[in-house]
Amino acid sequence: MDVMQYNFNVEKDDFDRAGEASSNIKKILRQLGIDAAIIRRIAIATYEAEINIVIHSLGGEIDLEVDPSSIKIIARDKGPGIANIELAMQAGYSTASDKVREMGFGAGMGLPNMKKCSDKFEVESELGKGTTISMIMFI
Amino acid sequence: MRISEIKELLCAEILCGEEQVNSEVQYGFGSDLMSDVLAYVKGKTVLLTGLTNNQVIRTAEMAELSAIIFVRGKKPEHELVKLAMENNIILMLTNDTMYTASGKLYSKGLLGVQIDC
Repeated sequence: MDVMQYNFNVEKDDFDRAGEASSNIKKILRQLGIDAAIIRRIAIATYEAEINIVIHSLGGEIDLEVDPSSIKIIARDKGPGIANIELAMQAGYSTASDKVREMGFGAGMGLPNMKKCSDKFEVESELGKGTTISMIMFI
Repeated sequence: MRISEIKELLCAEILCGEEQVNSEVQYGFGSDLMSDVLAYVKGKTVLLTGLTNNQVIRTAEMAELSAIIFVRGKKPEHELVKLAMENNIILMLTNDTMYTASGKLYSKGLLGVQIDC
């Protein structure tokens, strides 16, 4: 299997379509015959990342890269960045607005959950520029 | 527990997935916080929630939930039902509150997801 690459745009504040990128990624992985338990982990982690782009950033994109040994998800956004990554990684910590909480998000579980679902997890963030989250799952 | 039994216990209306009433679920999970659902759910689970936006269905799709019960009589819009049908998720509606609905199901043997303490 060669390396396959896909790219999906994610719009800010678009709650109706939030989750579409993750849904498409899930379908692609299913078509590729990836193990169901791995797909579930990737779907959850990608969806959390997608929701974060929708609620916290000015918009961004998600890259999916599949090679014979691993699946890589890169969620990149333009936006305010994360002031304190260590704090953001704590379960329960959230800066989400009341509106976002009414949507069922902003529980402060996003980043910890993404990390839990990944074999390798990295957050890079620059204030005033944006955030990039890289997640690798071994097949 | 069978979906048909849940339907009876909660006097629930089935909004979609009627053809799957004989399927079984292993666990119940009650939450309006979708990130908690994503973090804790495993196995064949039915979600009880008062939230009725599209993100509930997306969450169910990602976490592979079997069914969703909307509590407190909150009826979702048609678009949401359509999205659930596309993803093969059973939707039910009950007038019970989350507490009452959970209690009824738990007392009849539907367990919660075990979280390490």
